[in-house]
Amino acid sequence: MVQATQTMTRPDPGSGGAERVLEIENLKTHFFTRDGVVRAVDGVSYHVLKGETLGVVGESGCGKSVSALSVLRLIAKPGRIVQGSIKMSGRNLLDLSDREMRSIRGNDISMIFQEPMTSLNPVLTLGRQIAETIMLHQGLSKKDAWDKSVEMLKLVRIPEAERRVTEYPFQMSGGMRQRVMIAMALSCNPKVLLADEPTTALDVTIQAQILHLMLELKEKLGTAIVLITHDLGVVAETCQRIVVMYAGKKVEEATADELFERPLHPYTVGLMKSVPRLDRAAVEEQARLMEIPGMVPSLKNMPPGCAFAPRCVFATERCRIEEPGFEMKAGGHFAACFNSDKVAETYHG
Amino acid sequence: MAEAASPKKGHLLEVTDLKKHFPIRKGIFSRITGHVFAVDGVSFTIGHGETLGLVGESGCGKSTVGKAILKLLEPTAGEVHLNGKKISDLNQLEMRPHRREMQVIFQDPYSSLNPRMSAGDIVGEPMYNYGLAFGKEKEEKTRQLFAKVGLRAEHMLKYPHEFSGGQRQRLGIARALAVNPSLIIGDEPVSALDVSVQAQVINLMMDLQKEFNLSYLFIAHDLAVVEHISHRVAVMYLGKIVEMTDKRSLFVAPQHPYTEALLSAVPIPSPKMKRKRIILTGDVPSPIRPPPGCRFHTRCPYVMDHCKVAEPPMKEVAPGHFVACHLRQPGQAMYAIAAHATSSARTAGATEH
Repeated sequence: MVQATQTMTRPDPGSGGAERVLEIENLKTHFFTRDGVVRAVDGVSYHVLKGETLGVVGESGCGKSVSALSVLRLIAKPGRIVQGSIKMSGRNLLDLSDREMRSIRGNDISMIFQEPMTSLNPVLTLGRQIAETIMLHQGLSKKDAWDKSVEMLKLVRIPEAERRVTEYPFQMSGGMRQRVMIAMALSCNPKVLLADEPTTALDVTIQAQILHLMLELKEKLGTAIVLITHDLGVVAETCQRIVVMYAGKKVEEATADELFERPLHPYTVGLMKSVPRLDRAAVEEQARLMEIPGMVPSLKNMPPGCAFAPRCVFATERCRIEEPGFEMKAGGHFAACFNSDKVAETYHG
Repeated sequence: MAEAASPKKGHLLEVTDLKKHFPIRKGIFSRITGHVFAVDGVSFTIGHGETLGLVGESGCGKSTVGKAILKLLEPTAGEVHLNGKKISDLNQLEMRPHRREMQVIFQDPYSSLNPRMSAGDIVGEPMYNYGLAFGKEKEEKTRQLFAKVGLRAEHMLKYPHEFSGGQRQRLGIARALAVNPSLIIGDEPVSALDVSVQAQVINLMMDLQKEFNLSYLFIAHDLAVVEHISHRVAVMYLGKIVEMTDKRSLFVAPQHPYTEALLSAVPIPSPKMKRKRIILTGDVPSPIRPPPGCRFHTRCPYVMDHCKVAEPPMKEVAPGHFVACHLRQPGQAMYAIAAHATSSARTAGATEH
């Protein structure tokens, strides 16, 4: 096989006054369970610029996936979007009828998920599944839609696309299935692609292939990507701007360069310091990893004040009583922390 | 490496040419129509107090190696020596006393803990089974173990579902430690945990190793984690070890093209860092019909005609650095290739500053 040696280059951040293709404002999605209200997303705002890759980072249960599902209004009972707005080209998606919403899903906004096997229909051929989307949204004939499916499979570099299009999901490997999902998601040229942990279930060499493919197609088609992941390495290599979430809230937002250079929230610092770094293992002796003590609080009964305070080394009395506001600390760099100055002082890359 | 040169008696665990083939049965007579060559001739040693990391992508056979050593799966061929005693041909009954020496921690702590036993009973049961402690003494030892792994004494009365993922993994570690083993096999012990909790468990495992002089066989797919915790690392591909050395050499000068690609594929959390990466094409071939010759030849960027027919033997290219690749010769100036290769973690580390 041929070797493909490539340099991963991230496009320059902050592309001026680019248009906001998707804008989420003060989104609150709560789940009304029998044992109480789970505030999975509790007042989150973020936007994506045209052609930009935005990373949404956090650990399990921080609300990053629920915020994306809310955008597509795919929240099932007992969950409900209780407040906020999700704007796209001037329209609030939360005001649309179900019918109007259906014309947006898969057309203007598509989504790919972590486990491609569970999101593909096992009893339909790949061609039929991709063509279905195209016929519905673009009104193409069966024949044309089928041809477009083959074309999409070629675009995501599936070998022998003409034959593969008649095959079923079980005949594909994990990496191939994720390629098919990407092909399907991009078949209607969406403005925004929501990618929820798209490479988490894949091996590293396959992850590298898929991330590279996503970035390349983004350049080609001009789609904005919201990349949801827990892996800081993945966002560092692919995103221009990053939002860090903790316990249903946004705790920090900055450009990728700025965030990794000068994190201002203790949770972000904790995330960065707690992962072993492959590039450092060769240079440094086996040091202890930094631990974030304790665990994520239950979303059903959150502590008063800052949600991170019980685990935070910088926490003061004030943090335990008052909730810090999400403020701009430097140009384009936002954080929700009273002690961000101290955090910045003590941080050494 | 000292371990590689020292006499064989010094090793805690010695695995020689271990094989595990799973038959594929078809039809109404369950005829054997083929085999999955999950592990196909793996040899390594682990010294006292040492951690050997076993990395590879899914389906490379790394978990099967762990299970075959523990005899949870009967090996097809090969020998396993524990403390100089051959355990690979013992039957279940003869094996029992040796099981105390080797304990295991699994990836999913929830499915490996009995949901109907209290945490205290889960940790205490192995002591009872091996007649190590009973009654009050057992309870006291359990209490000590809970403290060692960072759980509180009142946790002893709780049930697995009341614990978080990280706490459950601590429970699994406490259970493994209960019988004073000398070897712990960790099969993806931190993969299911969130990063902040993962760090807690890794630190705990490293602390316990120092305290009890434990040896670990640390099986994982996450290179960064393996690199952090291990002294030596073995890289597996399609049922075979392709490279084995101490972690620093693996990093600074990976000798096998697969290791090189694997290292370059790991995303590094530092956006300023520009590095070249090798993107392998295609998927891992099926272990039912592994490619002839070198198993990596279908994806190797440096493939030669010779690789497609002849299987490369394991060669010691530098003291303690073993590689199975036709490009490498024993004693050959070892870093020549790393210099011409387009990528390595070494250059990545260097360009960061």
